[in-house]
Formats: sequence, C-alpha cells, structure tokens
Amino acid sequence: MNDLAGLFLRAAFVENMPLSLFLGLCTFLALSRRTETAIGLGVAMIAVMGVTVPLNQLIYNALLMPGAWSWAGMPEVDLSYLSLIAFIGVIAATVQLLEMLLDRFFPAIHASFGVFLPLLTVQCAILAGSLFMVERHYTLAQSFVFGLGGGTGFAVAVIMLAAVRSRLAYADLPAGLRGLGIAFVLTGMMSLGFSSFAQMVAP
Amino acid sequence: MTAPSPLWSTLTDPLVRQNPVMLQILGICSALAVTTSMATALTMAASLTVVLVLSAGIISIIRRHIPDAIRLIVQIVIVASLVIVIDQILQAYLHDISQKLSVFVSLITTNCLVLGRTESYARLNPPVPSMVDALGNGLGYSLVLVVLGSLRELFGAGKLLGWQVLPLAEQGGWFTPMSLMLLAPSAFFLLGGLVWALRSLRPEQAEPAEFVPPVTREAGE
Repeated sequence: MNDLAGLFLRAAFVENMPLSLFLGLCTFLALSRRTETAIGLGVAMIAVMGVTVPLNQLIYNALLMPGAWSWAGMPEVDLSYLSLIAFIGVIAATVQLLEMLLDRFFPAIHASFGVFLPLLTVQCAILAGSLFMVERHYTLAQSFVFGLGGGTGFAVAVIMLAAVRSRLAYADLPAGLRGLGIAFVLTGMMSLGFSSFAQMVAP
Repeated sequence: MTAPSPLWSTLTDPLVRQNPVMLQILGICSALAVTTSMATALTMAASLTVVLVLSAGIISIIRRHIPDAIRLIVQIVIVASLVIVIDQILQAYLHDISQKLSVFVSLITTNCLVLGRTESYARLNPPVPSMVDALGNGLGYSLVLVVLGSLRELFGAGKLLGWQVLPLAEQGGWFTPMSLMLLAPSAFFLLGGLVWALRSLRPEQAEPAEFVPPVTREAGE
C-alpha cells in the first residue's frame, strides 16, 4: 500500500508530466488561459489517463508482450512492435467517448475545448504514460495508480498556471512577451519550484 | 503576403513568419525534451520532418476516401506506422542516439505538429502543396530545435556536436559549465526568450493585450 502511495506522489510531483518531462505541453500552454478551461482539462486528463494506462497494461501483457502467446503454443511470437498502434487506438477510442459524453452533458466545457479535445488523442502525456508503463513493467494496480498520479500532476500544474496567467492579464507586459512568451517564463519558474519535489520521495 | 509563387511561400512561411513552435504552439513537447545536445536535436528534427512529409503526402493522396467521422483514427494509424518504421531504422543504425531519445521517437506519433498539419492542411489540399507545407513546417521546427540545442549544449557543457568549443575550467580553460542549462527550467526560459526576441523583431506577431480577460477569448489565436 505504501509503495502505491509513493508511486502516486512520484508520478504526480517528482515526475510531473509537463514541468519536468516536457510532456503534453501543447495543450498545457494552449488551454491555460482561463481557470475554468484548465479545471476541465485537468479532470479530463485524470479520467483519460486513469482509464487508458491500466487498459493498455492489460492489452500489452495479454497480447503483445514477448511470450504472451505461449499458452497457444507460440512462445516465440513477439508483437511488442505493435504496441504503439494498439495504445493509440485505445486512447483515441477513450477520447472519442469522452468527447461524446462532454458534448451531451457539458456543452459549455465542450465548446471551450474547441479543436483541442480531438488533440487530446495526441496528448503526448497520455501516450507517454502507457509507454512508461511498459518500460517500467508496472502491474495492473501500479499502472492504475501511475495513470491517476500522472493525470493529477498534470491537473495541478495546469490549474496553477491558469490561475497565474489570469492574474497576469492585468499586468503591463512588453508587447513581445505577452501570451506565449510569458507563459514559457512562468512554466520555467514553476518547473524550478517542482524540481524541489525531487527530494520528497526517496528513491 | 506577396510571394513569388504560392508554393514558395507555402515552403518559407512556416520558417519564421508562421513558425509552428513559436507561433502556432504545436510540437513544443519534443522541442524542449530533446534539445540537451545538438546530436539528439538534429536526429529528432530529421525524423520528425520525414514523418511529417510522408504522412502529409499519404493522407493527402487518400483524402477523398477517408470518412469524416473516423478521420482522426485513420490519420493516427498512418502516422504511427511511419513512426514505427523510423524507430526501427534508428535502433538499427543509430543505436546510441536512439537510446538517448528513449520514448521521444515513439512520441512523434502524438506530436501535435504532425496531426495539426494533416488535420488543417493535408486533409484539404492536393499532395504536392501538402508535402511542401509539411516540409516547410518540418524545417521551421528543425530551426527552433537547432537553435535551442546549440545554445543548451554550448553553455551547458561547452561543446557543440560533441566537440569541446569552450575550454573547461577544470581542464585549464576559463569556462565553467552552467549545469542549469541541461535541466528542465532553462529550456522554458530559453524558448520564452526566443519567442520574445522573435516578436520584438516582428511586432505583428505579438498578441493583443487582454483587458477584459474572463469574458471573451479574443486574445491570441
């Protein structure tokens, strides 16, 4: 149990997806103008990652891993090169489902996502969650916790950035730094702050 | 935009005027993660440009046969297949660099730049302009990667492409490496500075000030 809590903290803070691994930055920067949008994105990220990482873990271990077909008398079959397509397929289906649900029940959030909801399919952070899961040989429980932790870390970071940016709307910035420029500088500072979490979880 | 020919401007516009990383906010993830050294930055830039051009070409050729509802899945499967090929080639011929890039080659699949361009351009245009547009965007992306990679490698380790350019203090020279340059935050600061510099040179790219922020989304793109 303690291990799982540690894994959650590690995925959420020490290996924060956008701030220390540079994953999912496109949506991170583009959707952090307003706090409401950022909260919606954060919740969507937690949901998608919490579902897709364990699902991909099952698929990888049951079908794609080297030796996964040994029960059928084919121990030499190694389908791991297909994992990328399989993972992307699962993620795309999950995002599509989420889009339909949002469209039906929360049209306001759906409208504010705009073009970026389909782009959640190509969210680097989500796919990277599944790829890290393979690289580190997580079990089903671990991959579920890892997915939730990664999503939570993303949500925390994007909501914080959005909060700071919406205050900065009133600031008098140099013209060239407005918008994207200042967002990068802010992200850099937050990244400095988050790097202090590295000491929090002992390896 | 008075360019000599439409194709030429399609190729050169994304280099500075419509740079994919700095103006369209596409493909930033990999742009920052792989730029700790020039060698990885160049490999990444080349792989991405190849994938981008080929996927734009393929998708543009079959654009009339893709049903609208499932176009994302079709596009991603095409991109993912190309990425698998590139990944296998890199592992076979450039093993060291592919180890350093780790998951980031696979993550080209989800590079917003690839899907953004196929979605907004290749899906609607004939093959030749689509591939030229893809090449232009790939080169614009490569430009940012090379600038960032050379700055970070030069100041972080005193090297360029693995050659010692600035003599290190511990070996009798005068240069003390700034290890911050190799860490995550500096990448953000550098790219922020780059955006600032570019927008100061070309004021028309600067975003309008948001006076009434929460009501409308008129600022930015």
